[in-house]
Amino acid sequence: MTIEALHVHKRFGAHRALDDVSVRIEHGELVALLGPSGGGKTTLLRVIAGLETPDAGDVRFSGADVTGAGPHERGVGFVFQHYALFREMSVFENVAFGLRVRPKVTRPSEERIRARVQELLALVQLEGLAGRLPDELSGGQRQRVALARALAVEPKVLLLDEPFGALDAKVRKDLRAWLRRLHDELHVTSVLVTHDQEEAFEIADRVVVIHEGRVHQDGPPETLLRRPASEFVARFVEDAQVVSGTVQDDGLIQLAPLRLPGASPGAQIDVSLRSARVIRRPPG
Amino acid sequence: MRRRERPKGPVPWLVTAFAVLVVIVLLVLPLALVLQQALAEGARAFLDAVRDGATLDALGLTLLVVGIVVPFHVVFGIAAAWLLTKQDFPGKRLLGLLVDLPFTVSPVVSGLLFVLLFGARGWLGPLLREHDVRIIFAVPGIVLATLFVTLPFVVRELVPTMEAMGRSEEEAAASLGASGLQILRRVTLPRVRWALFYGCVLTAARAAGEFGAVSVVSGHVRGATTTLPLHVEILWGEYHAQAAFAVASLLALSGLLTLVLKAWLEHRVARARTPGASA
Repeated sequence: MTIEALHVHKRFGAHRALDDVSVRIEHGELVALLGPSGGGKTTLLRVIAGLETPDAGDVRFSGADVTGAGPHERGVGFVFQHYALFREMSVFENVAFGLRVRPKVTRPSEERIRARVQELLALVQLEGLAGRLPDELSGGQRQRVALARALAVEPKVLLLDEPFGALDAKVRKDLRAWLRRLHDELHVTSVLVTHDQEEAFEIADRVVVIHEGRVHQDGPPETLLRRPASEFVARFVEDAQVVSGTVQDDGLIQLAPLRLPGASPGAQIDVSLRSARVIRRPPG
Repeated sequence: MRRRERPKGPVPWLVTAFAVLVVIVLLVLPLALVLQQALAEGARAFLDAVRDGATLDALGLTLLVVGIVVPFHVVFGIAAAWLLTKQDFPGKRLLGLLVDLPFTVSPVVSGLLFVLLFGARGWLGPLLREHDVRIIFAVPGIVLATLFVTLPFVVRELVPTMEAMGRSEEEAAASLGASGLQILRRVTLPRVRWALFYGCVLTAARAAGEFGAVSVVSGHVRGATTTLPLHVEILWGEYHAQAAFAVASLLALSGLLTLVLKAWLEHRVARARTPGASA
């Protein structure tokens, strides 16, 4: 299923969370929304899920307008930053929830629910923990329960809000690789919000950089690294140092101690410096 | 484990002695006296007073009032707490303040408000007379006055618990396809059930014991509009001291029961409000 957000605006009081944001996600893609905290990426994810209503703009699923539809009508799986597991329910009941709340006509039989939950728990490697309460699980286990719960309803799209944010580095790396494999297996269209560029680049087919409510760049990880569209992207994507200089008559850029080849002589130019490469672009 | 400092000098001892004295004089002694006086003329006299027709009528009315007030506040409390914690709307702060009004107004004044509203010479008096409806000096007035004075209990217990819960579990349920009612029944209520129960215990205790507001609207029609606290006052006024204490001891015992429930529930509610890592 393709997902489109078209010219979405959203304010919270005086704060402009989303300012004319348009994003298109193709069927089966895994896209990361990347940016610093408070930049609007979670708001965009929540607008796609139907948890927030945009002030202006449309959300379309496979071309159909779903802007006015509630979250329960959209068929999305949402994985929350802090898991939001149902604390009073066992792991089993958490995963079964989406099936149990279906109207009688579409609700599977008790045996079917059991089979489906067991299948999902196997998928997330938690078979033995069906009877536990969320409080009795580790962070990584909770995250996988949250994922299994979201997948139980066979969502057309999986939305993940900082899914690894609350985990320690080692677990995060493992889960990240595991999630990528899972995506390759299930091919469910997925959108992941993260403030960690390494995570976005490792896991996503495409990265959308969002900052101060606007899309700064949208492309595959390689493009973002090679051709950052703004100084912000360059700084954010790889913690680059940006140094200003002037292109000299001999076609070289004069940086205080440093001379590099450049195009039009006389032009003002910014150079961002990274560990691996040097990128030249006009200031701004 | 760190050892506690032993108190030094006379001041801590004086403070402790003062607190203990206050507890004994104001709390323990009166309670003991109530029980002692209730049984002063023997168990037989105690039972006679409790089994007296007027006492049983008063007990029946008190139970009826509690039976109406508690379910009403369960529904109202859930609705109001949900509005106050999960919704944003203009006037929300004002609603939060208004809910506390019954705690800040003297019960006698709230009783008088209902007389002004529904009494024979009140605002709605002529209309009520036309339709032959009695509210003041009748059971509906007692129920209304009790509803008013007990209004904050359930809301005040639910609001902090619902706030601590946040919205994310409910949002998760919605994204999984649950309707509003399913979310309330399966996700929200299980999380707040102890706070709700606690609110009900406090509501029931106050409803059973309310004197001021009920006294104003009741009219003291014996066997018809006297609740237990009013009945105690009538007995006392008629110099049936032992009977008054016997009936009062029923209220005192229900108060003790409330205290035990309260201690047990507070622990449960505290757990529901701790933001567990899964919350």
